[in-house]
Amino acid sequence: MAYQDDIALMAHLMRRAGFGAGRDELEARVAKGHEATVEELLHPETQPAVDMYTLLRYQPASLLPGGQPPMGNVNFMYHLVNTKRPLEEKMALFWHHVFATGNSKVDNYDQLLEQIGLFRQHGMGNYRDLLVTIARNPTMIFWLDNNQNHGTAVNENWGRELLELFSMGVGAYTEKDVREASRAFTGWTFETKIPRLPYGRFPWKFEYRPEDHDDGEKEFLGHRGRFNGEDIIDIVVEQPACARFVCRHLYNFFVADEPQVPAWSIEPPRDQKAIDTLTAAFRQSPRFDIRSVLRVLFNSSFFKNARFQHLKSPAEVVVGSLRLVGGYELPRPGYGDLSMQPAYMGQDLLNPPSVEGWHTGPEWINSGSLMARINFVAGLVGDPSLPGVRAIIDRLKTKGTLSPEQLVDGCLDLLGPVEVSPETRQELVAQAKEWGQTGWASETSAKTADKRVGEMLQLIVATREYQFA
Amino acid sequence: MAATPKDPVLVTLQLSGGNDYLNTVIPFNDPLYRDNRPAVGIPDNQILRFDRNYGFHPAMAPLKKVWDQGKLAIVHGVGYTNSPRSHFRSMDIWHTCEPEKVGTQGWLGQVAREYDPRKENVVTVVSFGQCLFRALVAPGVPVACVSGPLEKYGFLPNIQEREQRLQVLDRFAKMYAPVAGTGVMEYLGTTGLDSLKGADILKVAPQKYASPVKYPDTPIARKLRGIAQVHFADLGSRIFYCDHGSFDTHAGQNPGHGDLWSAVSEGLEAFMADLREHDHADNVIILLFSEFGRRVHDNGSGTDHGAAGPAFILGEKVKGGHYGEYPALKAEKLVQGDLNPSTDFRSIYSTILEKWLKLDSKPITGGRFEQLAFLN
Repeated sequence: MAYQDDIALMAHLMRRAGFGAGRDELEARVAKGHEATVEELLHPETQPAVDMYTLLRYQPASLLPGGQPPMGNVNFMYHLVNTKRPLEEKMALFWHHVFATGNSKVDNYDQLLEQIGLFRQHGMGNYRDLLVTIARNPTMIFWLDNNQNHGTAVNENWGRELLELFSMGVGAYTEKDVREASRAFTGWTFETKIPRLPYGRFPWKFEYRPEDHDDGEKEFLGHRGRFNGEDIIDIVVEQPACARFVCRHLYNFFVADEPQVPAWSIEPPRDQKAIDTLTAAFRQSPRFDIRSVLRVLFNSSFFKNARFQHLKSPAEVVVGSLRLVGGYELPRPGYGDLSMQPAYMGQDLLNPPSVEGWHTGPEWINSGSLMARINFVAGLVGDPSLPGVRAIIDRLKTKGTLSPEQLVDGCLDLLGPVEVSPETRQELVAQAKEWGQTGWASETSAKTADKRVGEMLQLIVATREYQFA
Repeated sequence: MAATPKDPVLVTLQLSGGNDYLNTVIPFNDPLYRDNRPAVGIPDNQILRFDRNYGFHPAMAPLKKVWDQGKLAIVHGVGYTNSPRSHFRSMDIWHTCEPEKVGTQGWLGQVAREYDPRKENVVTVVSFGQCLFRALVAPGVPVACVSGPLEKYGFLPNIQEREQRLQVLDRFAKMYAPVAGTGVMEYLGTTGLDSLKGADILKVAPQKYASPVKYPDTPIARKLRGIAQVHFADLGSRIFYCDHGSFDTHAGQNPGHGDLWSAVSEGLEAFMADLREHDHADNVIILLFSEFGRRVHDNGSGTDHGAAGPAFILGEKVKGGHYGEYPALKAEKLVQGDLNPSTDFRSIYSTILEKWLKLDSKPITGGRFEQLAFLN
């Protein structure tokens, strides 16, 4: 059973550090080993990037999609489904949760996709540099009104969110610190936008206007000086609160569901020791290096022991299912609607409800979204013509005629392995018993057997347990 | 059927994408209409004039009949200050009733909680559309969200054989049975069983339904027919929601805008006829709104995002007529080229809440707003 444990652990790693993997891939990765797989994931540059020429050829409108869905979503979904660098894409999604920027105000998917591109590029690098990059990102500047933050009239929107939502959390700073940080970012704006008519949209560009910058002395978190924006970020990343905040975010996203972010100043983490381990990695050399923190995280026992402690986000549900069943690699008619599926389940990618991002964990679930997610996944796994479903059937076939228990356990295994409660398994077995044995001996029995597997897979993805990763 | 007083029901039809005010309720006497609409103006001889100053888009003939019967209220110049002209933000404002900040609760979700605080009826709110509209979202409020045909609504719609289906759904119910365990599993269990129960209840509606009324074959007519079926089944549903679009007519406004209104008007005509046929019309009103109107001056083939728009309320108990003022088209009265809102959208909500749904409007609209006279 040791091998089976390795498969289960690898499946866990790939669900969290990526969007899941089929059995062939899991076996290959187990042969390579856990640590080696983590290293490969941490170094996406060793794998090919997504082929943008194919996207250009099939969905040219999704490269510069303008302000309307779904073409911006098509672009993001194409990356998510096709990437051979799963952790790079997962980190882009992670930072999109944290630096939540939405089309509701930006009204420009070109810019939002450019921001996601920054997360792909810098998402596992130095956190200090990432903060500077995002502070200079015109999309963020517009989203949080820093273009309205003038030397003579301070707008605190960006300054506040930098401290509250992007680095330290409520309680780690005073209102005066917000004011002073905001002053330091005066003059950080973008070049005058070129009107979109008649030639279409032009990319936004960062601009620093020294004449609009308040160069006076500031007092920020106990430091005093004529600080500019980068100085503020340098001070922020040194704060113990910053390490704790960033690491708790990583824990919440990759390990196990925490309470919603606004509650973090009140409720302690569910595993303080784990957070301590991560913060130590964050603060030691190379300092503020996200890749180092992730290495510690994915190799830790608290990670390995956290199977099915995370309720899948709609993006994880949709992307994970599409990658499992296969056949959705090329953008084709209907891809627009497919790209909007996470939105139908409550996660409109590139358009989070506010700068606070999405409420996660159990808050993903309501009576409408639960049915949407179950039916979407069931629609895919119940279709034996899809290559990933075919692969599951073919593997089951090799075991000969299956008893009801074997059918259930085989399906649970190949869908994950998925771990379910004894009560749930009992129901699944009771259903399989209604069908009797499942075999592929004759042409007619094979047809029935394919159908039975499809129905069993559908019933499994409908379970409560399957909503977790 | 004896006419016992029935609970009031609200049907909301969302015109997604931003409906063009000027070509919906056409101020044909105003020379500025013609000046501003060189490309997408409606020719004089096609306008469906319904009084001395205004006419409907030619595709709205069925709605003109409702107007002639005195059962269509037009609320003019609806919007809010600092209209953001973004679809998503504007829609959010309508859904959550929060023009100043980002709201988290839908106004109709709150209505549902007032009606059914103990969640005794999981089909108090029924939505027909692809996603769960934010207007319906409130913590602890179940919403039956029908994204396909009502006949197929429920978990695992691909398993269709009757016996199989009954078995599988029975397993589902058992798998979602209450367990002693963590709060999350418990919560998932309740939610799953709520949706299952909702699907179970709604299932009877199409089976019980028979009608001589023929609906057109359009998505919005199918949604309205689904609403009629649920309403006739007397399942205690009070809030219905559906949408049609996209009204985002930046280009190709002719004939696109007309096609949209044909579908909506003809769908509503069939729906209202069906309600009367089943003697279920008296306790229903229908609200039509769009997130914003469109730019006054056309752009050569369509119109861009604007501000104020019209809203419509239809029903047997509605007092037809004009409410509020059509905003001036004069250049100096426009805000960035758009009609300046003259009626706060919360006035409509507040009127419907107080006079129709019989609820205190203040906690939901977040203030006191002018009551309009389209309901007694």
